[in-house]
Amino acid sequence: MKEIKIKTKNLSLYYGAKMALNSISLDIPEKEVTAFIGPSGCGKSTFLRTLNRMNDLIPNVKITGEVLVDGLNIYDKQIDVVNLRKKVGMVFQKSNPFTKSIYENVAYGPKINGINNRKKLEEIVETSLKNAFIWEEVKDRLHDSAMGLSGGQQQRMCIARALAVEPEIILMDEPASALDPISTAKIEELIFELKKKYTIVIVTHNMQQAARVSDLTAFFYLGELIEFGKTRKIFTTPDKKHTEEYITGRFG
Amino acid sequence: MEEPIGINKFVFSRESLKKKFRLSEFLSEKIITGVAFLSITIIVLIFFFVFKESIPIFQSKKKEIAKVETVQKQEQYGTDSSVATNLSGQEQYGVTGTDSLMTENQILEEDTVVHGSDEATAKSLMGKQWLPVSDNPRYGLIPLFVGTLKITLIAMLFAAPIAILAALFSAAFAPHWLREIIKPAIELLAGFPSVVIGFFALMVMASFFQNLFGYDGRLNAFVGGVAMALAAIPIIYTITEDALTAVPRTYTEASLALGATRWQTALFVTLPAATPGIFAAILLGIGRVFGETMIALMATGNAAMIGINPFESVRTLAATIGAEMAEVVFGDTHYNVLFLIGSLLFIFTFSLNALAEFYVKGKLVKRFQGKQS
Amino acid sequence: MSRRKSITGGLFIGLTAFSAILIIAVIIILLVVIIIGGKDTFSWEFLTAFPEDGMMKGGIFPAIFGTVLLVLIMSIAAVPFGTITAIYLTEYAHEKSILAQTIRFAVRTLATVPSIIFGLFGLGFFIKYVGSGMDDLFLGGQLKWGQPNILWASLTMALLTLPVVIVSVEEAIRTVPREMREASLALGATKWETIKRIVIPGSRSGIMTGTILAVSRGAGEVAPILFTGAAYYLATLPTSLSDQFMNLGYHIYIMATQSANVDQTLPIQFATTMVLLLLTFMLNLTAVIIRSRLRRKAK
Repeated sequence: MKEIKIKTKNLSLYYGAKMALNSISLDIPEKEVTAFIGPSGCGKSTFLRTLNRMNDLIPNVKITGEVLVDGLNIYDKQIDVVNLRKKVGMVFQKSNPFTKSIYENVAYGPKINGINNRKKLEEIVETSLKNAFIWEEVKDRLHDSAMGLSGGQQQRMCIARALAVEPEIILMDEPASALDPISTAKIEELIFELKKKYTIVIVTHNMQQAARVSDLTAFFYLGELIEFGKTRKIFTTPDKKHTEEYITGRFG
Repeated sequence: MEEPIGINKFVFSRESLKKKFRLSEFLSEKIITGVAFLSITIIVLIFFFVFKESIPIFQSKKKEIAKVETVQKQEQYGTDSSVATNLSGQEQYGVTGTDSLMTENQILEEDTVVHGSDEATAKSLMGKQWLPVSDNPRYGLIPLFVGTLKITLIAMLFAAPIAILAALFSAAFAPHWLREIIKPAIELLAGFPSVVIGFFALMVMASFFQNLFGYDGRLNAFVGGVAMALAAIPIIYTITEDALTAVPRTYTEASLALGATRWQTALFVTLPAATPGIFAAILLGIGRVFGETMIALMATGNAAMIGINPFESVRTLAATIGAEMAEVVFGDTHYNVLFLIGSLLFIFTFSLNALAEFYVKGKLVKRFQGKQS
Repeated sequence: MSRRKSITGGLFIGLTAFSAILIIAVIIILLVVIIIGGKDTFSWEFLTAFPEDGMMKGGIFPAIFGTVLLVLIMSIAAVPFGTITAIYLTEYAHEKSILAQTIRFAVRTLATVPSIIFGLFGLGFFIKYVGSGMDDLFLGGQLKWGQPNILWASLTMALLTLPVVIVSVEEAIRTVPREMREASLALGATKWETIKRIVIPGSRSGIMTGTILAVSRGAGEVAPILFTGAAYYLATLPTSLSDQFMNLGYHIYIMATQSANVDQTLPIQFATTMVLLLLTFMLNLTAVIIRSRLRRKAK
């Protein structure tokens, strides 16, 4: 087992009075792919968003418990959320390029980090796009609007944009749910490459995808963590009856 | 996989994640919040300054009650308005028997303005004559109120039914393409400067109506009222249309499913369901007419008369301010009375707005959410 | 269904249609009458020449110049302030907080306050309070700022048009998708960086619509400037902020009601009204088009 990168302790989340996550405790190892599965509304995306504090943006959210990243509680009052998010990047379900050029999209992160040297920016953009397997497709139209890319290309560009900030962890919220099979395959291939360098946490409702890309799988149901373990074990011999029922497609 | 450039140099440590103070972040939030306060501040300032300039009237009222004080105070007044102080001592204050003072007033013509301050008591404000620049000024607000109400009534008699029916047409009956023409066209009417509508009323409508009805005075409450209706129609139409289209589809569908026709549904289901919104629309329309200055100035004839004849000339509160403020002496009674009129206008439109806002809108929302019994 | 009922229905629908058509007809008549009345006098020279013979002849250049200057100074004041207030309401304020609701109420109140009240405020606050205060403080009581001028008129107009800007910009900001804000924040941008780099550029068209609507409103309103700076006639153009100015709307009002010979100047009046009407009409039309595009985008 590799080192633990993210550790949650009794993490609960409430929307107003309604409990959305119930005391989740979970260890996510470094440089592996951890998948969260479960029926929609089970809290898997909500849980993912607690890991870089994106839920802070929603009013009336209350969080108890701890999230430790490299042993630091990110909900500590002393923690700077902005710097945290530079270390914990995120890719969203719906590809969300800015209405700017491809170059400007990828350079956004480095720019807000204070890099203004054009040469260096170009270098970062190229590296990031290469690492996201999209360089060849866009290198001749870097200054065209990112809105002109196909859905799959947009999503890979968003991954490149996240990589440009050089995070250590990348959170992916159903990154391929809106894509066709070929684009999905490309994203999965990319995830496989990325895990050599990054800790990846991915939410998916596609069980085959979880089985293909992840090393570990966590099954959520109604805001509870039902089962967590090696992907192969979860998919072949789950401990809980609920998990088995979900995986075999009896509900969800 | 290519190597990173290394822009994110800091490691994940307590030090690098320590809460950072960002000056630009701090300043931007403070400045933005501060500026946002401005709109509240402006409202408060408007309240304050418009009222402040009308306050001396109430002070002079006190003076009449305590006559002993007046002698001392009148000297103050004298210096304020740079009128010979020694004269003011001899003058009578709180003049009521005005007719007998004609000659004296002519001699002390400048001075009468100052002395008018005592005429603007609560009692004299209730008077039936508005003669602010006569030798012997009288500040009776009654004719102005009557004129304003008369014109508002005429305007609303035209504007409200036409605008509401037109809104019903575009919300319930008009085909989509027609609605896409009517709505923006009426929105464009809202953008017509009132001085243009006033000009149109003065030059075109006044003659047209005079030929049609054959009355004497070209400019009167009727012409002004109809012109004001043009200014009020876009407001009433837009808000009514919004209220009608906000009626949930389930309402109309339920009615249609029961065998009601489209017009029955529109008249007996959609329209009643949108009543609070329509009420708000009318209130805001009234507010618009009540405070409209340029149309009143140009199309009503501006004679402060009391009467119910719609073809008589009237003078509205707003037009009075518009016509007279440029000519008054800063700080004299006439000036203060005009500010008092402004305060009354402000209070009135503010109340209308607040009423439309809190009562009507809340009711509309509640009705559609089913919280109302 | 009984025959009588269907006749009633037809009449009712006909009545509503008639009302709508009546309004449209009046709009068209108004436009046509003004244009017919003004088109013969209207010329390039009319727009660029000074009035002559006690405004009985000549052009309206100073009135156009004054109006443009007025809306320019007004925009400089109203657009940034309106935009910032809109940003506060959408990005910083909690939707249900008392402060946000009070500001919203204040903005709506500001939008319904009669324009003549703004004129009174301009006189009582800007001229008598701020202006006279400046004179006392810097000029030892010499009268310069404590009287009507273009600065006070423009600022008065800015207050009047502030709600127009706020409402337009707010609407535009709300069309910037939440996903884009999240993407920016997830990349480690601060709130202000996100607003500066994503939200404001994304609502440019709304800021433009708001500005156009405000300019149109400011160009057409007369009541607020009646006694805060507009002048009946000036032989020269304003050169300083403390100068008075001529204005299209005020010019129409004066010419139509106080001219020595109303009938003789009638063509000039119609032409001036036509200029003002077409100016505001085109500005509003532009705003309506941009706005409808924006709304389609939002859907």
